[in-house]
Amino acid sequence: MFDDLRDLYQEVILDHGKSPRNFRPLENPSCLAHGNNPLCGDMLVVYLALDADGRIKDASFQGEGCAISVASASMMTEILKGKSRDEAKHLFEAFHDMCTKDDFDLSKLADYDEDAVERLVMLSGVKEFPIRVKCATLAWHTMQAAVSGEQDVSTE
Amino acid sequence: MNKLSPATQATPGTAPGDNSTAAFDVEKIRADFPILKQTVYGKPLVYLDNGASAQKPRQVIDAMNDLFENYYSNVHRGVHWTSQRSTEAYEEARQKVAALVNASSDKEIIFTRGATEAINLVAATWGRQNLGPGDEVIISHMEHHSNIVPWQMLKDEKGFTLKVVPIDDDGNFLLDEYEKLLTGKTKLVAVTHISNALGSVVPVRDIIRLAHEKGALVLLDGCQAVPHMAVDVQALDADFYVFSGHKLYGPTGIGVLWGREDLLNAMPPYQGGGDMISSVTFEKTTFMETPHRFEAGTPAIAEAIGLGAAIDYVSAIGHDNISAHEQGILQYATERLSAIDGLRIIGQAKEKASIISFILDGVHAHDLGTLVDRAGVAIRVGHHCAQPVMERFGIAATARASFGLYNTRDEVDVLVNAVEAGKEFFG
Repeated sequence: MFDDLRDLYQEVILDHGKSPRNFRPLENPSCLAHGNNPLCGDMLVVYLALDADGRIKDASFQGEGCAISVASASMMTEILKGKSRDEAKHLFEAFHDMCTKDDFDLSKLADYDEDAVERLVMLSGVKEFPIRVKCATLAWHTMQAAVSGEQDVSTE
Repeated sequence: MNKLSPATQATPGTAPGDNSTAAFDVEKIRADFPILKQTVYGKPLVYLDNGASAQKPRQVIDAMNDLFENYYSNVHRGVHWTSQRSTEAYEEARQKVAALVNASSDKEIIFTRGATEAINLVAATWGRQNLGPGDEVIISHMEHHSNIVPWQMLKDEKGFTLKVVPIDDDGNFLLDEYEKLLTGKTKLVAVTHISNALGSVVPVRDIIRLAHEKGALVLLDGCQAVPHMAVDVQALDADFYVFSGHKLYGPTGIGVLWGREDLLNAMPPYQGGGDMISSVTFEKTTFMETPHRFEAGTPAIAEAIGLGAAIDYVSAIGHDNISAHEQGILQYATERLSAIDGLRIIGQAKEKASIISFILDGVHAHDLGTLVDRAGVAIRVGHHCAQPVMERFGIAATARASFGLYNTRDEVDVLVNAVEAGKEFFG
């Protein structure tokens, strides 16, 4: 019945949705932010620990959401580790474009590790489900708010 | 748990929610709704989101087309034929609404953009005039945001106290707790007639009786009630009653505020403009009496006429028949959904309308919504504009199937199969 949904709900996404990685608070976060999707009531907190150079040492999240938003948050925390703030911002912008634009040029991400890019491409399957783009980007919006020093962000 | 309406009990020998009974031919009704022939993803559309908005019968679409094609004009101001004809049709719609809720006069019917505007109208006029520090307004824990936020906004302006009646774990309105909250300072009780998120039918007669004993007025949000049951504002002894047109198989952009005529005529105008004045000079303006006092500017003419046609439509079928059919569907859907392992129905009040909110272990409502959509099934997922209800049950979101007069047991089966397949998908 749901064959055509496999592009959205790939095995890796289902796995991260069910068993999210880094699903815990950080004890001494450098920054954190609350993300809220008022459309569906999803809420999550993203925690970041930065080193002296502003690189992301550790990233985690907690909250409640659909499989897409939890998987996206889970994968994001893995992807972000070791990235600078600028790289995190760049990845977010690239991911957002991937989810919303048809003509995204993957070569823009040539500097990044293949694994990270592959995961982002997988999540960008939401492009075919416009109402779900906010689910996939909520964690990223929240991360962006955290590094910019904002406490709360809403995708509405 | 699901109390059957007397009409259902009175038709022995017929299985509840049967697709066809002597009094109620659901296939004939379905034929009136063009959209029900639609297929989505190659599957027949199963529309179970009636609590958000209902589909429109041919009769409503035709009535609106007829206006635009044959006699459209502005109302209340022209001497020409089209304006007189449009005005008559618009005012006839008002009479139909008055008859629907058994108002004592059509002057008590005010057309608004929707139920939200109707509540805001009462808050901005009656509320601003009558509420102040020391006063109390009571709402319930299962209000739609539209019956929470206007009172919060006014509270910030006027400094009264807002109290909330709790509900129990099944979604029943707690009448004894309500009685404790009522005091001599209570000026208004604003509660839903039927919860949009839980389907609970609220004991409004008792609520009104107790409020009146304390001298408080009662506003009822009837959005989910008018499509499902006969409403008689005089028998209820209500003071204000609001509902939207689009949930009653009418168009969007039209809603109703019913209020007692004496209350309405004592209220200041809502918006200023044309159509609501008796005379205007730069020194002084005199306002018209209700309902025109509250209908400044050109109203939603086609939408009012469409709502009138929708009322004709449901009245011809009969609210008792609709209620009996929907209670049958509710009972059947409750049984079938409850049988799914890991599925929990949120809201099992003693008396319910045909609305079922549920959650499924391991599957977020939003994912479930996307999955059943692929089976052609339209349900609502999320907080249903009733976040305090979600918070009360410690959940972020539910899936909600809300049934209308055209839904069938076969459609319940499609939903149940899709939910089961969705469970397997995420299993």
